[in-house]
Amino acid sequence: MARVEETGGDREENKEEETSWWSPEAVEGGRVGEGPSRGSRGDGGGDGGRPDTPPPPPYSDQVLENVLENVLQFLVCRRDRNAASLVCRSWYRAEAQTRRELSVGNCYAVSPARVVRRFRCARALVLKGRPRFADFNLFPLGWGARFSPWLAAMATAYPWLERVCLKRMTVSDSDLAFLARSFPSFRDLTLICCDGFGTAGLAVIAVLCRNLRILDLIENDVEDEEEEVIDWISRFPETTTSLESLSFECVNCPVNFSALEALVARSPSLRRLRVNQNVSLGQLRRLMARAPHLTHLGTGSFRPGIAEDLNVADLEQAFVSSKSLICLSGFREVAPEHLPAILPVCANLVSLNLSYAVITAEQLKPVILKCNNLRTFWVLDTVGDEGLLAVAKACKNLHELRVFPFEATEDSEGSVSDVGLVAISNGCRKLQSILFFCQRMTNSAVVAMSKNCQDLVVFRLCIMGRHRPDHITREPMDEGFGAIVMNCKKLTRLAVSGLLTDKVFKYIATHGKSIRTLSVAFAGDSDLSLKYVLEGCHSLQKLEIRDSPFGDVGLLSGIHHYYNMRFLWMSSCMLTLSGCKEVAQKMPNLVVEVIGDRPKDLDSDTVEKLYLYRSLEGPRDDVPLFVNIL
Amino acid sequence: MASYVEDTELRLGLPGSDALATRGSKRSLPEDDAAGDDSSCRNGGSGSAAKAQVVGWPPIRTYRKNSFQAMKVESEASGLFVKVSMDGAPYLRKIDLKVYKGYKELREGLDGMFNCFSQGEFSRKEGCNGSEFAITYEDKDGDLMLVGDVPWEMFICSCKRLRIMKGSEARGLESRH
Repeated sequence: MARVEETGGDREENKEEETSWWSPEAVEGGRVGEGPSRGSRGDGGGDGGRPDTPPPPPYSDQVLENVLENVLQFLVCRRDRNAASLVCRSWYRAEAQTRRELSVGNCYAVSPARVVRRFRCARALVLKGRPRFADFNLFPLGWGARFSPWLAAMATAYPWLERVCLKRMTVSDSDLAFLARSFPSFRDLTLICCDGFGTAGLAVIAVLCRNLRILDLIENDVEDEEEEVIDWISRFPETTTSLESLSFECVNCPVNFSALEALVARSPSLRRLRVNQNVSLGQLRRLMARAPHLTHLGTGSFRPGIAEDLNVADLEQAFVSSKSLICLSGFREVAPEHLPAILPVCANLVSLNLSYAVITAEQLKPVILKCNNLRTFWVLDTVGDEGLLAVAKACKNLHELRVFPFEATEDSEGSVSDVGLVAISNGCRKLQSILFFCQRMTNSAVVAMSKNCQDLVVFRLCIMGRHRPDHITREPMDEGFGAIVMNCKKLTRLAVSGLLTDKVFKYIATHGKSIRTLSVAFAGDSDLSLKYVLEGCHSLQKLEIRDSPFGDVGLLSGIHHYYNMRFLWMSSCMLTLSGCKEVAQKMPNLVVEVIGDRPKDLDSDTVEKLYLYRSLEGPRDDVPLFVNIL
Repeated sequence: MASYVEDTELRLGLPGSDALATRGSKRSLPEDDAAGDDSSCRNGGSGSAAKAQVVGWPPIRTYRKNSFQAMKVESEASGLFVKVSMDGAPYLRKIDLKVYKGYKELREGLDGMFNCFSQGEFSRKEGCNGSEFAITYEDKDGDLMLVGDVPWEMFICSCKRLRIMKGSEARGLESRH
């Protein structure tokens, strides 16, 4: 039965993605579900048909509804709220009145108008646009996911809006200006992997949002012409601010340091500060002196500026004074000899992000061996297997590990391998999430991890050389990934790589019943793989596939399941226009987009890029020329 | 899986002289002329230093890639140093492969360091005629290869260390040619 509902994913899903660096508070709460509503296509809601709009309820029922509202406002988790809204019409109305936080996982699955009509009192919005593969240049520029239409709808409907969190959306400077002007109570702005704005937009936010608490800019593509860079930091009002969190690592333009220092000095509530790499060590020390109660610090360059005479002891003193620090990041151009300055806080650290620090194992060891309470650790592969061994020895409480490649090319040397993975699996038994880039891996290492780390929820292994087998046995990596799905019963997110045959997908289909997100690249032998996955992975929400030999037969085998998914992405596979058309015809509530790099690519029968997603709205009206909706 | 067994077979011919069909036959994708296999620098022997990179692979955000760009430019400018060992010598040396234009200069440079070839004539393809030495190198896969088979540019991007073999081992290699 086709059930068009924006379900899927809850708190955990957001932790899985690369947003764990940003506080998850903004993501809690309600979500746009589609209960039985008038205006729908009649197949929403699974609890039987509902009559069309009835007359307003009698007075006694209204009282009951008010009572209900008072109770329901304590419900925060969006899954609970979705469930409550399906109980009956009265509960549906009460829930809609009291939902404060909306979470829309795909901005095209539902329209702003519909959202605003149902939920009248929202105070916070979490909105996601492009899917993850857009980060890797697979979506042409201008594909969509613009914030403007949402902003326009909310400006009239939610004048008391306080919080906005956007991921992979296009936000312009004028959007930011309009936001700043439209919502007098606005407090929290978090932008992750967005684009389209520059310092001009940030300046307006600084000036006009007088109640700003959170301004977190995380890995956005901030565009500014050289001459048009604006000193937005100095635009904050001169009075004491209510800032609690300020992150602008991705805004890579020179910083007016005295303005920044003054801003920090007049922000008594500031607890999280992440600066960009144009802040030197000496400057960092001054900032830390102004804000001794910081809990999260992004250190900028971590290198002395020109003509800065800074010794490690002085810097260390700054860290001794910052007794509340639990999270460190930055280290953009780290001068390794200064790294030991952070030793005083290591024992308290819960999160450490060294993934931009080009350091060796020897430079890492003295620091990591003191970080015994670390839960989250991101690092660069320059530390090698030896560095990972040290991590395994010291960080017994590690829950999340990410190892990024210094040289992100297929033929790079690669400094970490199966040896490091086994070491981690032996030492960090509580591991829940791992992202590991390497050039050499073995099945036995992956099997070892599957047995040692049974709490794994996220397993993402990227063997960078395409189609690489086990480097010792020369066999495909099927058995390793098979062991992961078999032994890690809590697994919800999986990314596979290396030489893989149809067999691994049979394992995934058989054992990966809880998997919600699956990423596949350069894998499989035939349509069987896709068929296995679509028929076996009952919890699958997001499936992203590239460069794998899957065609129309595989695609069509998912027809029974696509309404339960948020999206399917397939690029450089073997799909044809007729296959995709057939899916589009059979599934009216699915939007089937064929994307070409240029408009004329759409004329051919082979489909280079397919993006399909469920939607209540049908084809979107902002389709660019290089997209064809079937 | 038979396809990669063939890839790892020892042979003396120019790598890539067999058709890439063994790997490529698994699928027929437009990007497959740069089909992945374990030893890079194999495609067409064009001598390009790196094989054609595929869009968006490995899956690292541009933001992160760009962060290291400046650093990498520095390290490229600073040379490609590899260790050189010679059988019987008590310690190793390091040379910068970038300063040499080709195999001839490399041999001259090694000779200058180790005085190994001064007895024999130079030969382009094989080890040194009339001497007891052969120059070998370890490539990315850890295999021991004879220097001189592949084009120079391909060689410098896959060479991880050099080893000058002498005595009976070297003579064995020589005689195979």
